[in-house]
Amino acid sequence: MLTKRIIPCLDIKDGRTVKGVNFVDLRDAGDPVELAQRYADEGADELVFLDISASQEKRKTLAKLVRNVAQAIDIPFTVGGGINAVDDVAILLDNGADKVSINSAAVRRPELISEVANRFGTQCVVVAIDAKQIKNEWVVHLVGGRVPTERMLFEWTKEAVVRGAGELLFTSMDHDGTKQGFANEALQKLSRQVSVPIIASGGAGTMQHFIDTFVDGNADAALAASVFHFKEISIPELKNTLRQHQIPIR
Amino acid sequence: MSVAIIDYGAGNIQSIRFALERLGISAILTSSKEEIKAASHVIFPGVGEASSAMTKLQSTGLDTLIPALKQPVLGICLGMQLMCNHSEEGDTKGLGIFDTDVVRFTTDLNVPHMGWNEVDGKGVLFDQIPANSHFYLVHSFYAESNENAVGHCVYDTTFAAAMAKDNFYGTQFHPEKSGEMGARLLKNFLQQ
Repeated sequence: MLTKRIIPCLDIKDGRTVKGVNFVDLRDAGDPVELAQRYADEGADELVFLDISASQEKRKTLAKLVRNVAQAIDIPFTVGGGINAVDDVAILLDNGADKVSINSAAVRRPELISEVANRFGTQCVVVAIDAKQIKNEWVVHLVGGRVPTERMLFEWTKEAVVRGAGELLFTSMDHDGTKQGFANEALQKLSRQVSVPIIASGGAGTMQHFIDTFVDGNADAALAASVFHFKEISIPELKNTLRQHQIPIR
Repeated sequence: MSVAIIDYGAGNIQSIRFALERLGISAILTSSKEEIKAASHVIFPGVGEASSAMTKLQSTGLDTLIPALKQPVLGICLGMQLMCNHSEEGDTKGLGIFDTDVVRFTTDLNVPHMGWNEVDGKGVLFDQIPANSHFYLVHSFYAESNENAVGHCVYDTTFAAAMAKDNFYGTQFHPEKSGEMGARLLKNFLQQ
């Protein structure tokens, strides 16, 4: 049976992990390769790296990092952040990334999704969406959630899939950072209207939240950062718990 | 041992090279017929669309070279699909090594079939790999079960996840991305 996926997310700035990583027994908690290796060994099913470096110069560091990660780990990984053109994608895939995540640039210029899908296949195109509820509408936001757009979540995701998204990564800004659980109602609705896998993101606080998002949200994968980085939830323990709840897990 | 990974401009082939490096084996990425013929083992990867990949093979003559190879050959993902008789994707005639056709999933489940799924495998490729181990797959088309199938996977329908015939092997899943069991499978192939 196809299993549900657990995906730790690493924020990268200038080639280092940021946003608090609390692994006391790592030699260097800022080294993304070491952390990635650690998660892979613990049973993570996939990894996501989000680059938040600003300048183009720093993005060269990213390509090198992607290569180092690809050499070290034997599970799939996605790289996102600052992808604006097909050439950006080519560099990341050539260095060993399996998928790329496109967010703001896809909203600004939706053709980018098709361009990437046509050249490299839909399987490597993850369209990431940050959305927040405003007056009962899920409004898509840009630039890490700072800028609201005219786009609404359900219309935008449908369009993204038609254009060639092979997977959707939906982050609820209302839930992100709260540790109160994922946006399961919206996730459930999303899963009914598109036929590509959906990664739930934002709100993980307890193991029960993962159970809920797989059962109630019908998510195909669940992404989290701090609960893993700060060892509030261990991946082997989480997977055991999910198994006990009859959720298919590797 | 000299391993050649066929480079015909189809997808992420670095990952396979890196996976072999983790096993202590350095491989060459090449489109040269001489280098491919001279290798002890050949890996035929592929990600992307079948008809354009086949066009690339034809333009370099690799479509006639590959079926004539005598050393162990492993097709991965689209590589394996192209080794079949025919693919529904782009109505593509295959290399005709494995006696089966490749068709699109028709299901209410998500397509692509993406993630880790159990493979029920047997034979040399699966030596020391426990029954129903998980492997990583991502594909929208699948090879129908057939007499060359040595591994099966279930997603809505049962399909051929691994095949073997003479010196030819194929996996629909990505051993290079399938953790410890994937590494084991690559090792098993290289021991042939």
